[in-house]
Amino acid sequence: MKPRQRAWVFLVAMGGLAAFYLWGLTGLPGFGNYPGPYGDIINRIAVGQTNATGVVSAVNFEYRGFDTVGEEFILFVAAAGVATVLRHLRGEREHAARDEAVGRDVPPTSEAVRMTALILTGPTVVMGWYLASHAQTSPSGGFQGGVVLATAFVLVYLSGRYLAFERISPVDITDAVEAVGAGSFAAIGLSAVGLGLAYLTNFLPLGTVPGAVSSSGTIALISFFVGVEVGAAFILIVSELLEQTLLIRQGSQ
Amino acid sequence: MQVFPFIVVAWILGVGLYGIVTSRHLVHQIICLIIVQSSTYVLLLGVGYVTGAVAPYFFDIPEHTPAVDPVVQALALTDVVVEAAVTALLLAFAVQAHKRFGTLDPQELVQLKG
Repeated sequence: MKPRQRAWVFLVAMGGLAAFYLWGLTGLPGFGNYPGPYGDIINRIAVGQTNATGVVSAVNFEYRGFDTVGEEFILFVAAAGVATVLRHLRGEREHAARDEAVGRDVPPTSEAVRMTALILTGPTVVMGWYLASHAQTSPSGGFQGGVVLATAFVLVYLSGRYLAFERISPVDITDAVEAVGAGSFAAIGLSAVGLGLAYLTNFLPLGTVPGAVSSSGTIALISFFVGVEVGAAFILIVSELLEQTLLIRQGSQ
Repeated sequence: MQVFPFIVVAWILGVGLYGIVTSRHLVHQIICLIIVQSSTYVLLLGVGYVTGAVAPYFFDIPEHTPAVDPVVQALALTDVVVEAAVTALLLAFAVQAHKRFGTLDPQELVQLKG
């Protein structure tokens, strides 16, 4: 298709989309006039039911827990997919381990970047665990914590070289950690079934004080394992993409 | 009726789609897709917003304070995770496409397929 034709098809399609969007807008309540009832009901009952003061986490890991299992496995499958798409193809060999862009050398990492990354690594790990273990109390949770945790590993890559990154996150171990994280979520759900309850029922003691770190039963536990899974998944994805810089590209210039 | 947030949604969606259609580089195209998806965050959060309400976290405020809808916020979180997964996969495909065809221009990739 020529760019001109493409532009026309795009314009016509955008016209249709705009019409549908405007039509949809007329049926929406105005901004700020949320009609409910689901959000209002959950806001009213969630703290009393789960002892979790973070209602978004309560929704994610309790009321909508079954959805979140699926969501977590989307990420799990994506990490596996990246590993599959970027597997060693026939004719690809590994270089010496150094960063490389096609046709030009990469300038050495500046001391400023190295130092900043080094200083930030420790606090980033602490921040990641803090987020992953406080889903029940404040705006955080396993997904956010896991990503921050993976960032710490990327900082190691920035501060040192690829080899250090590879040494602290060997693919086999990261794979296993990811599987444990994802499997534990599913296993917590199955434990409830083993106790004669519905899948993912919150069967652990809820604690007595809403907002305590030890409260909210399975919400806190699931969030922690989600953090483990998400962190490992992102480390895997990043290391798979970085590994590509080491491969000889065959059949291209 | 306050519609400004929904105009922002339409703008982000339109800009992203325009970028996808006119893109000459796969990585640029993937970023445009991320932008398209960002419009859904604004839409979700806009739908659940309650004027004058607080975030649905009752750690240091009394229970039953009017709060915005937590369900759409949880959905936005799901949205972000799925976007990250999709982006990672697409970037991997871009790497392989470059290896295989030696170009990252989507329009040339179509021509190579013949």
